Amino acid sequence: MFNYSLKRICLALVTLWVIITLTFLLMHSIPGNPFAQEGSMPKAVYDNLQSYYNLDKPLLTQYGLYLQSLLQLDFGPSLKSSSISVNDYIKNGFPISLHLGAQAMVIAITFGLIFGVIASLNRNKWPDYVAMVLAIIGISVPNFILATILINYLAVEWQLFPVATWKSWSHTVLPSIALAMMPMAYIARLMRSSMLEVLSQDYILTAKSKGLSRYSVIFKHAIRNAMLPIVTVLGILIANLVTGSFIIESIFGIPGMGEMFVKGIFNRDYPVILGSTIFYSAILIFLILIVDLAYTWIDPRIKVPGGRK
Amino acid sequence: MKKKLGSTLILILSTFFVLAGCFGGGTTKEPASNDSGKPSDETEETAPKVLRLNNSSEPGSLHPGTAQGTHDSWILEHAFEGLTKKTQEGEIIPGMAEEWETSEDGLTWTFHLRDGIHWSNGEQVTAADFEYAWKYALNPESASTYAYQLYYLEGGQEFNEGKAGEDKVGVTATDEKTLEVKLAQPTPYFLDLTSFYTYYPINQKVQEANPEWYQEADTYVSNGAFKLTEWKHKESIKLAKNEHYYEQDKINLDEVHFVIIDDENTAWQMYQAGELDLVYPLPQDVQGQLMANNDPEFVAGPDLSVYYYNINNNVKPFNNPKVRKALSMAIERQTIVDHVAQGGQPPAYSVVPPGIPDVNGDYQENTGKLFEENLDEAKKLLEEGLAEEGMDQIPNFTLTYNTSEGHKAIAEAVQEMWRKNLGIEMTLENVEFQVKLDREKAGDYTISRAGWVGDYVDPMTFMDLWVTDGPYNDADWSNAEYDKLVQTAKTTMDQEVRMKAMHDAEKILMDEMPILPIYFYTKPFTVKPNVTGIYTPINRYPQFIYADIE
Amino acid sequence: MNKKPKLTKDMFLPVDNDFKEAEKIARPSLSYWADVWIRLRENRLAMIGLITIIVLIIMAIIGPYLNGYTFYEQDFTKKNLRPNAEHWFGTDSSGRDLFTRAWYGARISLFIGFMAAFIDFVIGVFYGGISGIRGGKTDNIMMRIAEVLYAIPFLLMVILIMIVLERGLWSIIIAMSITGWIQMARLVRGQVLQLKENEFVQAATAMGASTSWILRKHMIPNTMGPILVNITLSVPTAIFVEATLSFLGLGIPAPQASWGTMASDALGSILIGNFYQLMIPAALISLTMFAFNVFGDGLRDALDPKLRK
Repeated sequence: MFNYSLKRICLALVTLWVIITLTFLLMHSIPGNPFAQEGSMPKAVYDNLQSYYNLDKPLLTQYGLYLQSLLQLDFGPSLKSSSISVNDYIKNGFPISLHLGAQAMVIAITFGLIFGVIASLNRNKWPDYVAMVLAIIGISVPNFILATILINYLAVEWQLFPVATWKSWSHTVLPSIALAMMPMAYIARLMRSSMLEVLSQDYILTAKSKGLSRYSVIFKHAIRNAMLPIVTVLGILIANLVTGSFIIESIFGIPGMGEMFVKGIFNRDYPVILGSTIFYSAILIFLILIVDLAYTWIDPRIKVPGGRK
Repeated sequence: MKKKLGSTLILILSTFFVLAGCFGGGTTKEPASNDSGKPSDETEETAPKVLRLNNSSEPGSLHPGTAQGTHDSWILEHAFEGLTKKTQEGEIIPGMAEEWETSEDGLTWTFHLRDGIHWSNGEQVTAADFEYAWKYALNPESASTYAYQLYYLEGGQEFNEGKAGEDKVGVTATDEKTLEVKLAQPTPYFLDLTSFYTYYPINQKVQEANPEWYQEADTYVSNGAFKLTEWKHKESIKLAKNEHYYEQDKINLDEVHFVIIDDENTAWQMYQAGELDLVYPLPQDVQGQLMANNDPEFVAGPDLSVYYYNINNNVKPFNNPKVRKALSMAIERQTIVDHVAQGGQPPAYSVVPPGIPDVNGDYQENTGKLFEENLDEAKKLLEEGLAEEGMDQIPNFTLTYNTSEGHKAIAEAVQEMWRKNLGIEMTLENVEFQVKLDREKAGDYTISRAGWVGDYVDPMTFMDLWVTDGPYNDADWSNAEYDKLVQTAKTTMDQEVRMKAMHDAEKILMDEMPILPIYFYTKPFTVKPNVTGIYTPINRYPQFIYADIE
Repeated sequence: MNKKPKLTKDMFLPVDNDFKEAEKIARPSLSYWADVWIRLRENRLAMIGLITIIVLIIMAIIGPYLNGYTFYEQDFTKKNLRPNAEHWFGTDSSGRDLFTRAWYGARISLFIGFMAAFIDFVIGVFYGGISGIRGGKTDNIMMRIAEVLYAIPFLLMVILIMIVLERGLWSIIIAMSITGWIQMARLVRGQVLQLKENEFVQAATAMGASTSWILRKHMIPNTMGPILVNITLSVPTAIFVEATLSFLGLGIPAPQASWGTMASDALGSILIGNFYQLMIPAALISLTMFAFNVFGDGLRDALDPKLRK
């Protein structure tokens, strides 16, 4: 178990390093100079900028310098905004994105489970159809469309919530809902099919015939077993949440990391792009690692690889 | 096993709840009295007057010397004040300086600062602050984008290019209240320039003690009507009345709150929901609808800019003026203005926009239409031009524009017009703004969309763009006669001679058509009826310095 | 007293010797695919999905020709018209016919979807197949590489690549294919690992068959099932990603229309009350995703021997 964990951690670090290198190379092959401006820049000024940001050094040196600064957890300055460093962006933006993501996840899991269970218990009757139609909408409508519609009705027309920014709790509601739609629909469908499968199992029949109450059968046995596949896909869902946040944060004017990433791309702000890519990947790798290790810990039926066949 | 699974999930869920709770509680609440935007109870005189605006984008730099554009200047123009300032009509009136003289040859200006001018930290504003600031911007190590604005000073360009020392720059504070400026050549619009943000002063003591003073609100020191009280990066900016400002009794607003929302549509929706008091810019379709309905909250402000297409004069067959003119004549500008841009913009048949006073009347009015849209003529010219280049058809080429719904719609319209009217096949390409700039500089484009906002109120700010090898001459066009006329206009103070030279130069420009003007910008915005006193000088964002809220 | 049952002569007819008849009671023997098809046919929802897909494809081919308007002609006197007799879907803000644009967009969106899925299939099958068959160290290395690439959030990767490449149809497809094949590869590898143990593979190897021959003739036909399901489900993902790219300004260049660009163009139109411009591409995207999802699910169920009735 310990060996396995160690191996996984090493692998995770190697993965991270590869991502850093790949992204670095990609960044420096992007067309477009971040310092291009309307007029001309006197050579002296341009040279100064280049050397300040180490852009005049050979690629390998820049790479080495960057790795060095990374080890000190310094992601460098933003090329576009002289007042902020990438670290500041991350420090300010990450808690906000985390809050948004966590809230969306809570909504998605809670309502996804509820809808999925209701649908499975009323198979082919109207609650099932309603739930499944809503689920299909959640999965198939791109979230920027959903977000715009939500704003238009809930915020502008009915004035139930504020339109945008991130000032109070009520500001967080609409973006969280918009972000939660897709994972919620996904979880609902998965839960439904999982419940259906579990409910058809022999041990459920046994429990029923033994006289256990319907409530007991459903909650104590069925739901717990049906939730297992959901845990499996949690990793993917979180990854989707991360990428979904790009759009949601841009539309709602939320100063999180997703918005920072999108802006960085449009400004050709290399340190910002590099920094956010690495940060995101690191988080995802870390989360997947945790889910993987937790999974093996939870379910002893899964043999730990490493032994011989 | 099941229990473990269940408890793990509960653990994960509760973690999320806890996190949500932690971060959810720490946000600030807006003062309720201002959230709805409705004039609530009139008896509440103690409610602060807060103007809510959107700055569209995080400022690049709120330092007057290194500011980069409108996302910085809107705030700077209200936090700082230069030697002079502008009225609604664009008239230059005293700002920090109460009077000035100029020498006979127009090369030396002497400014006398008024009494009682202070920085927001209470220190006095002195002439040395101006000298220091201008030299700071010109210093190559500052890497200032707008350093070129100071090239009018003697020695300015040389210093910025690293060819001469700081002491050679023609600005000196002869005493605490007197600033002596030596220009490189007589510049009739120099006074206008002194109201531009690159010419603002900087508190020397503050800058030297803390070179990063401008990056946070608590270290920010400025001399204008407002001071910076809060700056949550990428989120919001708050200004408050500067109690040390010499005219503070004329300032009605207590605070100004900026949000930073990039998405035009979202900003408009915030305005609709009453969360913003003024919105600029507006989404195009919304603009059209507001104009069509004569909405009372809609203001069609003037602007000093021209929307045009750059043509790379080095690419065949666009090196031929007849081909270029044909392209220009086949664009239906009125249609674009009425149905695509939808902001009441005047179609452009020349390059210098309306709003600049000529010797008599308005410069652009006097210019008139330097060419006409004419389909038959266009077809003829196209054929002739192609024949001269030895081609019988224009090859498929690319039009590049920077990513934006507005530019895309206009490009699509032009593409269709050229296809319908001239049978031309063309591809559209959208790239990020930085990429476009880069490629234009490198000459790596065929036709690209461009726009130019006048830096000061004189035709020269536009005419200067297309001199041979000029830094903005991305079309890479060259005409000796044009250069000569522009040079004449630059080196004399005689307005009659200057204006005539520039009119003549513009005729040559439109005759050869190295670029295609499309329309002159307007500045359409909406403002809530309970906000008064907003004015829009021609090349500035809506100014709220004297605004009031009922 | 017992009454004996009356015995008649016709109770004693000779038994039919036709053994073949006996088997008629049983199900007629079927080929694998015919069986799958029959089961699929019985799944009403899946069939609806299939028919929808077919209708969409047909409309994509003939739709743009149906009413005589082109997708690029602009007529500003007829802009922003609601659906009417002349323009069945109405017009957009440049007066272009939305019906034609919608089906032209169908071509592009569906093409991207199918193409990306196909490329994923080709790369994934061969990568996973070779990795699985070779096994050992080759397998290990190949899978580690795949894992590393998989750790980068998909959308992030696509966006980064789209910045480097020029705008265009093929750029989008390539960007999506660079990491899209990994799931397929894993799937195929898993299947191959399972099948490898079967005797018929040992037999083939003993007879001197080469790796690629075994792959082609034995492995792939036997894994077609899950592969098909995976393909079906990756088409809607591709369409979704394309819509997101359009929102970020990285989509198909104008004036070509894809559903994604139509949707993001129309976001502004709801501000002046023209909901139909947004609803039409949104509905088409949702319909397509719905169709592919239910068909994919149905296919998965049909292929699952455990659900055989």
